[in-house]
Order: sequence, then C-alpha cells, then structure tokens
Amino acid sequence: MTIQFRNETFRNDFTYANSPGNIPRFPFPFPEDVYMYSTNVEPHHATRAGSPFENAFDVDEHYVAEMKDRALVLAEDPGRCQALPHMETAGWDFVELVMVSKARDYPDLFELTIDGDRWHWINKPLQIDDSFIFGDSSTLPCHPMEYIGRQVQGDHAILDQRDGNLWLDAGIITAQADWSLDFDIGMNFFEWHAPVPLAHELGVFQRALKFLLSLPQGQPSRRLNWTLTVNPRLDTSPENYPKWGPDRTTVTPENIGEKVHLRVELQTFWRLPRSNAILFPIRTYLMAMNEVVTQPKWGRRLHRVMRDLRPELVEYKGLSRYHPMLVEWLSQFDDGALTSPGIFPD
Amino acid sequence: MSESLIEESILSRPTYGTLAIAPGLAHYFVADASGAECVIRVAEAAPRDFMEKVHILYVPTPGENALITALYALGAKRFEHFPTIDDAVARLGDWLSDARMGSQLYLAGTETLIGKAVAAAEECGLDHSAVQCEHRGSLARRVQCVHCKTMIEKVTTQPVKCPSCDLLLLVRDHYSRRLAAFQGVCINAEDPTEDIEIREVFK
Amino acid sequence: MSASDHLIPVVVSKVVEVNSIIKRFEFKHVDGDELPAFSGGAHIVVEMLDGPTKRKNAYSLMSSPFERGQYAISVRRDDDGRGGSKFMHEKVEAGMKMKISPPVNLFALDLRAKKHLMIAGGIGITPFIAQMTQATELGVPFELHYAARSASQAAYMDSLQDRFGDQVSCYCDDAGGGPDLVGLLSDQPLGTHVYVCGPRGMIEAVVQTATGLGWPAAHIHFEHFLSPPVGQAFSVHLAKAGIDITVGPEQSLLEAIEASGTPVNCLCRGGACGQCETKVVSCEGDIAHNDHWLDDEQRASKQFIMPCVSRFRGERLELDL
Repeated sequence: MTIQFRNETFRNDFTYANSPGNIPRFPFPFPEDVYMYSTNVEPHHATRAGSPFENAFDVDEHYVAEMKDRALVLAEDPGRCQALPHMETAGWDFVELVMVSKARDYPDLFELTIDGDRWHWINKPLQIDDSFIFGDSSTLPCHPMEYIGRQVQGDHAILDQRDGNLWLDAGIITAQADWSLDFDIGMNFFEWHAPVPLAHELGVFQRALKFLLSLPQGQPSRRLNWTLTVNPRLDTSPENYPKWGPDRTTVTPENIGEKVHLRVELQTFWRLPRSNAILFPIRTYLMAMNEVVTQPKWGRRLHRVMRDLRPELVEYKGLSRYHPMLVEWLSQFDDGALTSPGIFPD
Repeated sequence: MSESLIEESILSRPTYGTLAIAPGLAHYFVADASGAECVIRVAEAAPRDFMEKVHILYVPTPGENALITALYALGAKRFEHFPTIDDAVARLGDWLSDARMGSQLYLAGTETLIGKAVAAAEECGLDHSAVQCEHRGSLARRVQCVHCKTMIEKVTTQPVKCPSCDLLLLVRDHYSRRLAAFQGVCINAEDPTEDIEIREVFK
Repeated sequence: MSASDHLIPVVVSKVVEVNSIIKRFEFKHVDGDELPAFSGGAHIVVEMLDGPTKRKNAYSLMSSPFERGQYAISVRRDDDGRGGSKFMHEKVEAGMKMKISPPVNLFALDLRAKKHLMIAGGIGITPFIAQMTQATELGVPFELHYAARSASQAAYMDSLQDRFGDQVSCYCDDAGGGPDLVGLLSDQPLGTHVYVCGPRGMIEAVVQTATGLGWPAAHIHFEHFLSPPVGQAFSVHLAKAGIDITVGPEQSLLEAIEASGTPVNCLCRGGACGQCETKVVSCEGDIAHNDHWLDDEQRASKQFIMPCVSRFRGERLELDL
C-alpha cells in the first residue's frame, strides 16, 4: 500500500479536499438517525480493512500536509505543546507506542531498529532519519512528546493518573475544537470538561472516568466525537478565535456545501506502561458537506441528526448562525428512506 | 466585610469554605485586609499552644494599621506584612520551601490572593486539598486573555476589554488553578461590529 | 473488560526458595518475546490450573520495570488460605507453562513527589523493590523502612541494604520492633508521598498517624490485597444469565462466575479496585463484605457486592449478571 500524500493547506487558500477514494473511509460519526451524548466506547482493535480503524494510528493522504500545518502553529505559538515536569516518562511511552505501531502497520513508510537502548527511526514521508538513546531526552532535539507529536496526525493529550482522577498534565494540541491547552493544563478530568453542557448532569464523565481509570495495558479503546467547522481549518483554537470566528458569518445557501465541514474526532485511549499515564489521541477528520452527501445514507442521516439536534448542543458546538440554513440544505438529500444501522456507507 | 456569595457554577469554578483548624504540625495563614478578621476568628478560638505553630503573612490596605496591630497581637511564631499580594506570596514560597509534611495553609481574602497563594503552594508540593480558603471582599477577577495571554487584574465588568490586544473578552467561569485566573475569550469574534453593553458584575 | 481476558503465555524460568515461607518465581514469555514494560507497584494476575480448579491470584512484580526479558514475583506460603500460595509452593516448578495477565498498577508512584517514603511489612516488600529501581532511575530521593517478624523471615533485607545503602532501614519484631512512625512522618520535606504495603494493622497505623499529623490524603498511598477468604459453599442466582451457580468453600464468587462463562469486570481480584462491583437484585441472608471498596452505607443497603472477596450466607442471593 502506498499512499499519495496530498499537497494542500488548512488555512488561507484552503486547498484541503478528500480525493474520491478517501471519502468512503471517512469515520462518519452517527450510527443512528438521532444524536445524543453517550460514552459510546468500544475496543480499538483492527476493524474493516481500509477504514480508519484498521491500524493503531491511521495514516492517510493528509499526513504530510497536517504535519506542516502543525509546524506552522507551533512556530507561532509554542504554548500549544506543553508538558509538566513529571511527564517525561510518559513522553517516552508515547514515542515507543507510535514508533512500534507505525513501523509494524506501515513498513513501507516507517522503519524502527531497536538495539537495546539505541533506537534508529526512519520516517520516509517526512524525510526523518534519527538515532537516539531511548529514555535519554538529551539525544532528541526536543521533549519526546513534541518529537513524536510532530510526526503523528491528531492532537495528543497525556493524562497522569493519581488520586482516583486523571490530570491533563501534557499535550501537543494544534488542531483542537475550541479548547486551550495552555489554560487547561494541570486540570483534572472534571475540571477540564467543566464547560461542556448537559453531559455532567447525565453522568457521562463519571462513567467515562471510571472506565478510563481501569483501562488495561494493551487493550486500547476508541470513540467518535464530532462538530462542524466552516472551511477545512484544523486550528480552531480559542487562541485564534478572532481569525476563524468570522468564517461562521460567510456561510450562504450557495456555498454551504463546500464551506461547512463535518469535523470528526477519532478519540482513542491507551494505557502507557512506564508512566501508568493514559495517552489520549484526538485525531481530526474533515469532510465538506458536498463530499459527505456523495454517500446517500450519510446525506439522509445527517439531515435527520441536524434537524433534531438539541438546542443546547447547537449553541455549544457553535452552529447557531447557520444551523437552520444547513438543515434546509441537507433536506434535499433526505427522501425519507430507511437508513441501515452503523456508520459505514451502503 | 460581608461573607462571600458565589453562585453555583461549572465544576472548574472554585468554591470556598470557612477556615477551621485542621490537624497539623505547622499552620500558615495568608490574608488581606478583607480576610484579616477570619484569621483573628480562628486564632481566638484556638487552643493555647496553637499560636506557637502559626506563621502569618498579611497584605494590608495602604495606610491601615489597626489590623496589623491586631494580627501582631495574636502572638504567632512569625508575622510579616507586605504591601502587595505578589510580595506576600513570594515570601510564602520561601517559607514553604523549608516546610515539612503536615503543614496546613489557610487563605482568607479576595479570589486573587487565594488563587495566587494556592498556585505557589502547589509548586512547593503542598496539595491543593490541604489548603483551606475563605473568600472575603471583592469578587473582582483575575483574567487571562486566551488570545494574547495577558493577565488582567481586578476585572469587574462583563465583558472586559483586553488592555493589550484590545479585544472585547467574555469572562468565563472556567478557572485555572495553575494560572490563578479565569478565562477571557473574545465575545464578538464572529461579528466584530456587534454592539455589546459592558456592565459592572464582579463587585 | 478485564485484564485477565488477554493472558500472556509464560514459562516458569526459575524458582528460588528465599526462606522457609517465601519462594520467588521468574517468568519468561513462552516464545522468548519481550514482556510488557510496567511501572513500579504494578501487579500481575497468575492463573493456576490445579486439576479441575482454576484460581487466579494477584502478585506484585518485584523485578526491574526496565527488564523486559523476565518478570519476578514472590509468594508467601499461606497454609490457611484457599490453596493458591500452597499450589505455587508445592506444584510450580521451573519449566512449567502458565498464564499471566498484563501488568496493572493500582499502587503507582506519584511522579510529582519531591521524595518517596516507603514503608513495608513482610511480603509487602515486593512492590517497593520495583519502585526503588524506578525511583533510582528517575533520580528522585526515596527511603524504605522495612519491618519483618524476624531476620530469618525478612526476605531480601540484606540484598536491599547492599543495593540501596542507607536509603534502606530495617526493623525486626524480635529485635526492637518497627519504625517510629510519628518521628518518621513528622520530619519529611513538603512534597513527600508516603506508600505503605503490609499487614492491615501496619497500613492503618501509617494512614492514621499521617492523617493525624496533617498529611493530605492525596499524599498517602497504600495497597492491601486481600486474599479471597475461604468459607462455606453457597448458591447464587445470576439474573441476566438465568442460571444458578455454586461457590465452593475455597473458591471465590468471582471465580465461580467466571467458571460459568458469565462476563464480569475485574482487575485486582483483591477487593481494592472496585471494578467487579455488582448490583444485588435480591438478598435473603447476609453478605460477608470483605472488600475495601464499598462504603458502610452501600454495605448496609445489601444492594452491592464485590464478588472477588465477598461471600454469602442465607436463603437466596440474586445478582444482576
């Protein structure tokens, strides 16, 4: 398998797009015609060849462009990558997990040679060829979390486990759906989720925490989360809200199909061995409405989900300005036919 | 000085209690003028030998002497006063760097004093669960502008204009213990022409 | 979900008689593969096939967390127990194939600590051996205070003193008794975390002394695995599965549920982690709550049970499984 990496942008001229072959492998987040919060966690084991669930860390046609976008964000704002002092061991756990997984799952793209503590890592798409001493951060150009975080798609938070809670003590976060690592670092599980409406009352976070505290080594889990983003912009951080906020006023019935993107987070959860921390990758997939509706099942279902979305969620997800317009536009793709269960296209 | 009235909010927004003596080998108090009466209340109700284990840091309002005298008269092992919260919190850091496990920290006064002292204590290895806080005085907030990272002190209005980047910020209840600050996010980023009334709300 | 669903096949590579009551067992992967890395304080669950009986006991890993070639545990023989330790002592020999769970850590070092103060009693020494290796590697100061009944029963005392020098202090009941807890816990720098593993009385003494001196709960860590107690046989109805099962005198309720093929969550198998908490549908009789997990109110309600260590005596017990 060789991937054609796209040369594209997530800012300014927004040349990002999904090639036709990439569309059906999009992780459409709605298994049913209605949406409400749930913990909806399942084991993250290989599922369905060709899907984003086939490998531990999915690599797709956007890999190289996403890593370029991350480098731009970090150059502008180094605070997007921070680790509290006790999180270095966890950073090395993260290095090991990604390198071992990618070298195993994509041998044509990544190579890892281990000789005791001496590691040799080759990342062909990014033209990296480095040797270092595992566990010795002075042999890397930066903190181990930043080093590997610049080579893997998606944001990555690392949660320290202590005192019956999980603490957001490290992360490399450049493609987030409106939360600030610089502000939230050091918070516990309930504190950093505090602004989320409804879910606390439903007990969603209590259940999720209990589940995560006992997450076993070698048995990762996953769930999907979603929002909508105007333009294919990865960096929708609160820091840069003045840059992307105005995009929301630019949506018209004529451009809605290309402007509005379904933004899906494939969230996975991994117990790290040496630090006993939890790695929380948040991998973002973007797809324009025009691309979504090429799959008739997704067009029908998205219309129903959007039409019946609770007002609190419309507000929290920042959809208020164009939500009615979107429902109207999507209605043309809903003939009322039954949809099949599950997320994959028919 | 009236007792604190903080409305119930989201889970990251701190809540405060009433100072009461906890078991401990050493007891550190930090208060400003609005919280001095809490320290006096605790000390007066304490057992005889308690004050031998007490260390007090105090931030008076300028020109005020009566409370300094009253606090001094409590007979603590150490008593020092400083003109600013930052100076007092720096001294707290000095004291805690030599402290032992079994130290209790008691904070009384404005949220800014409480927030900064909790953050400094945590740096020294004092768990925030070992800190008691009693809120008194102004509800003015310390706010981090999430856009330019400026810390804005004594914010009383909603929204507030960031003095550094000029954006109009919604002051959220979302609070960072590490930064000792509430979060400020641009309130009219989507449509900067929107006209928004500024009201005095944190008094 | 349960760590013991994904067992690792190992071969017993070495059995060492440490003293008259303690044996050390070393395991290697059957294929010679590396075993998973872990953190100090982690345990594994060892599956013991003793004729028709399947037992699963948790044991702390004492080998270096940086050594992936093999694991080591130490087992203290308990002749009054359910037979797990007796099986390990009498039946397990080098070359035998067994199955173990991946490591689980319910007793991890707090990596923010400015210092680690470790207090061990008897066989409770084992998790600290791995933790001291980890703390040394991380360059964080630590002290171990290790109490045993007698020098002859103090496993690894000499070798630990050789390895870690004056970071290790030893105490024997037959030579003056344990550490002065008040003195010890009154003179630790701010940011110290205390860890205790040993008999119940020792854990209670450390927790109470530290709390009384003003240590915050977040700085006090303890691990006390219970062995599931023996008792009279009893019957249980599993409501969702629609079956009745019988729990033998030396079997735990958890083991009986597993033997029936009914799914149930679990991790520590020792009443500490809370994973196997199960709702009681109806209870005519008394539950012997042997766990550290449920609070008094939950126990009195008779609406919850921890099947890993708790037993039942009475007419009828129906569980939501």
